[in-house]
Amino acid sequence: MRNQRATEDVALGIRRRVFEHSIRNNGGYLSQACSAAEQLAWLYNEELKLGDPTLPPIPAPFAGVPSPTNTDYHTGAGYNGPAAPEFDRLFIAPAHYALVAYATLIEVGRMAPEGLDMFNKDGSSVEMIGAEHSPGMEVHNGTLGIGLSTGAGLAYGRKRRGEPGRTWVFMSDGEVQEGQTWEAVQACAHHGIDNLYAIMDVNKQQCDGAMASVMEVRDIAEKFRVFGAHCVEIDGHDLSAMRDAMNETHAGKPLIILAHTSPYNAMSILEERFPRLHYVRFKSEDERARMNVSIAADLGIEPIEYQH
Amino acid sequence: MVEMVSRPYAAAFEKYAVAHPNVLCLSADLTSSCEVDGFRDRHPDQFVSLGMAEQNMLSFAGGLGLAGYRPFIHTFGVFMYRRPYDQLMASIAYPRRKVRLMGFLPGVTTPGGMTHQSIEDISVMRSIPNMTILETGDATEVESICEAADSIDGPVWCRILRGSVPRLFDSPIKVGEMRELSTGDDILVVTAGICTEEAMRARSALAKAGLSIRHLHLSTIKPFDEKSLLDHIGSVKHGVITLENHVTEGGIGSLVAETMASAGIGKRLIRLGLKDTYAHGGSRPYLMRYYGLDALALVKGIEDLVGETFDISEDDLDAARVEDVHSLVKAEAL
Repeated sequence: MRNQRATEDVALGIRRRVFEHSIRNNGGYLSQACSAAEQLAWLYNEELKLGDPTLPPIPAPFAGVPSPTNTDYHTGAGYNGPAAPEFDRLFIAPAHYALVAYATLIEVGRMAPEGLDMFNKDGSSVEMIGAEHSPGMEVHNGTLGIGLSTGAGLAYGRKRRGEPGRTWVFMSDGEVQEGQTWEAVQACAHHGIDNLYAIMDVNKQQCDGAMASVMEVRDIAEKFRVFGAHCVEIDGHDLSAMRDAMNETHAGKPLIILAHTSPYNAMSILEERFPRLHYVRFKSEDERARMNVSIAADLGIEPIEYQH
Repeated sequence: MVEMVSRPYAAAFEKYAVAHPNVLCLSADLTSSCEVDGFRDRHPDQFVSLGMAEQNMLSFAGGLGLAGYRPFIHTFGVFMYRRPYDQLMASIAYPRRKVRLMGFLPGVTTPGGMTHQSIEDISVMRSIPNMTILETGDATEVESICEAADSIDGPVWCRILRGSVPRLFDSPIKVGEMRELSTGDDILVVTAGICTEEAMRARSALAKAGLSIRHLHLSTIKPFDEKSLLDHIGSVKHGVITLENHVTEGGIGSLVAETMASAGIGKRLIRLGLKDTYAHGGSRPYLMRYYGLDALALVKGIEDLVGETFDISEDDLDAARVEDVHSLVKAEAL
């Protein structure tokens, strides 16, 4: 499942799937595919050490929430393989990236393409905001800012047990507005949690629009450093920069990679919608048609056929 | 005179944790206030200091649970659910992590005032799916709370008494079982936590007044044994009175009310506790008197229930414990 295709192809495939889904459903998390496709492609196709999936390629329907009586309950982590000591774990901290994460699972052969057809359908486990039971998810992260703390706790516990597997957190830059993110970093530094890794999609976007207009967060890298993380900044669309980032030594500190990205990378027409890119719903059939033609051309495919 | 036990939690936690290596002691800068400072000093490898950062601490504990550990979080109860409620829900309660939330200073057991007094925690915890709620009412229950809490397959909220704690019972907490402290047939008194001692103080005076009291002490609040309660209610003539170190909305008074209403019980219920009010800072006896949580308040409530006055005064009640607000153990008393 790893390195069977070029990571560039995986990233392109992620964008194509998210695009196709969004055109057909008259909207979606398109911008997150623009900014994050390389990061998730790189994680799944190259960097993460994962076992084979333990859950069926076509996701089972929603089977209930955790409760004392739901004895068959399991999370969606099985799409990332078993939780064995030697394997890595990944949390998608901004669960709003779920559509992109599901597309990634399909591109690397961990989920069947039919899985995406279940996205946001009633009774499906392939939920719009990735839930614990959604494919590839292991914890709930829909409330932003809790992912890094959970990762820190898991990493601390695994280090304590001597497990070689790493704990990875895919993050979004909006999460640095939450105080909990900084509480997590200071705890990692205090306890020397260096088996924790994060890659953050710094696309400077949040729900209300450009982060600078909503709440200026200043120099994130410098803040991470003074709070006690080892932080490296890269071009988030440059795969070789991601590979190089892993050469950083970070003894006693978590490694946090800030991946600076464009929210309309590879879908240039989306710039028209800047700065409201968090969820792109087409404003008219005309816009939908124009974007279909333009983005399809950017992605090197024919426009998507859809029902009007 | 009742036996007073000094710092029962300290020794009990240490004994339990040392025997269970997957138990981790988490603390948020209130280590000595939660009586785990000795444990920290003697077992530093099993102690995780997480500082004054409760939001991270709760999610971190969820991560430790995912790694197979059973974190015991130690801080004042109020700091463990008000600010980090979102984290409690998403990182601990929903995924049923085996996190043991050891909430110190329940209700008015602190002179710290509104910011330190967890007066609505039971109400909050009762409404959280997957949560178990235990409350300690004496030294024996404090001594047995670690084992009881750690037997729960999921998260558990515990109200812990600290410092000098009376010994009222001679058997450990049995999760799911209520204690039947007296077996009268006029009135059913239901109490939990420190209010149980108050009800016991009133017992002899009420007996002298000719009242036959059936008294239940609850140490397991959720899940709740409704059938046993209904059996006891069926055994008394007049009605039921609850007394709790908590607001009357959502606590054991509400629990009893819901149980009675669901079963169609047509008896009166009087709920005593904090009446839709915050408390303020002061000694425990003062606060219990001021807010009507003590033995005298129970007597007044029973008078209301039966429509008689018994002319019982403070002098008729068994001696109240005398406590210094500022003890040598903890000068700040917080």
